[in-house]
Amino acid sequence: MALDFSNSTVKAWRRENGRVGVRNHVLILPVDDISNAACEAVANNVKGTMALPHAYGRLQFGEDLELHFRTIIGTGANPNVAAVIVIGIEPEWTKVIVDGIAKTGKPVTGFSIEQKGDFETIRQASWKAKEYVHWASELQKEDCPVSDLWISTKCGESDTTTGLSSCPTVGNMYDKLLPQGIYGCFGETSEITGAEHICETRAANPETAAKFKAIWKAYQDDVIEAFKTSDLSDSQPTKGNILGGLTTIEEKAMGNLEKIGRTSTYIDAIGPAETPEKGPGLYFMDSSSAAAECVTLMAAGGYVIHTFPTGQGNVVGNPIVPVIKISGNPRTLRTMSEHIDVDVTGVLTREMTIDQAGDSLIEMIMRTANGRLTAAEALGHREFSMTKLYRSA
Amino acid sequence: MSIPQLLVHDREDNVGVVVVEDLTAGTEMLCVVTADNSDFRLTAKADIPIGHKVALKPLKAGDTVIKYGEDIGRMIGDAEVGGHVHTQNCKTKRW
Repeated sequence: MALDFSNSTVKAWRRENGRVGVRNHVLILPVDDISNAACEAVANNVKGTMALPHAYGRLQFGEDLELHFRTIIGTGANPNVAAVIVIGIEPEWTKVIVDGIAKTGKPVTGFSIEQKGDFETIRQASWKAKEYVHWASELQKEDCPVSDLWISTKCGESDTTTGLSSCPTVGNMYDKLLPQGIYGCFGETSEITGAEHICETRAANPETAAKFKAIWKAYQDDVIEAFKTSDLSDSQPTKGNILGGLTTIEEKAMGNLEKIGRTSTYIDAIGPAETPEKGPGLYFMDSSSAAAECVTLMAAGGYVIHTFPTGQGNVVGNPIVPVIKISGNPRTLRTMSEHIDVDVTGVLTREMTIDQAGDSLIEMIMRTANGRLTAAEALGHREFSMTKLYRSA
Repeated sequence: MSIPQLLVHDREDNVGVVVVEDLTAGTEMLCVVTADNSDFRLTAKADIPIGHKVALKPLKAGDTVIKYGEDIGRMIGDAEVGGHVHTQNCKTKRW
């Protein structure tokens, strides 16, 4: 008998724009790489804040710059974030980020370093950060329906056990929670290769299928064909995938697609870090298949919990979004269990059904939303990786 | 039911996946098809690591490998029934 989650609630934070967040971070967000030091100094001054250093943000242009802005703004706008300090080298791009985040209604203030230097910027930003921490730490959680959660997925260090156990576990969760009204998200454009014809059939309508196919084909033409090496330099499948028994990209893609379940269809195909705009349902996001990049893009799209099936044992986390790891590989549970939140090895021994595994994942999603730290959070995994489309100007 | 050593996604598949550690050549494996829970027996012809594939039918170079009921690549070498199928004898059709 499957559990009924239709009336379930979690204790979480209802933000100014109505979205539900399951964490309450005060971020110190650099616009660009050279503002990392000031952000880290502010985060050191004011406990309860977190700096998110990253590698880019200077001399980018066109679509690449738009993606950078969208990722930074989306990260600050995510409902898991209570308030944001933005620091950039100069005031104009800093204001672009501040204005983008301010649309959510949450507190955000920008500081720029030129004509002040790091010391004065850090002094001013630290005062504001301290004010935000006091304010955020008194915000109260309230009962929120599970259907208000936005839950994304991406798998990593996949092997043949992910296609048999942990990926269909996520698929079962989506088949149960999408009808309740959650937002879902899958992506990994390169790793759909080999199953793109099946992914196309899982679109809710012909327009969405065509949109997905155009995204997938652009990736094949602009990236794979342009830079192709034999077996993509052993990057698809990866060395870890191959050790785990995956032989071809087709086999990997079939396992990957198990994450969208049996009955779910996706209602739109969106660009990297874009916010879904067609209401509750499942979305395909054009995204890198590298774990940290992909989770960063989905977090910037507004997703507040990430479900991450792994076979060989990917250890990735995210600074603002709890990443729930699911594995069915008994060797991985034996050798690196500190990284795994949901053990579905019983699926391989036939002692657990996919339906039971899906229920155990939903229970872990609710516990995580209520405040349980994930393995990745407890171990300090805060990978924040920007996707860069091409060389800077 | 006892614990299977090999799982097969679909009845159409010509490969299955080893789901236990330390499988040795000569083991008579309990094999379960997850799509319908049917089972059969097959003898492993090699020491095959967990997660790796086993041929369910004789496979020759050029044959299409079927898993999930779908085409997952082609054989570039042969594999006997119960033999190991991986990068040494199987390759993508994509690149």
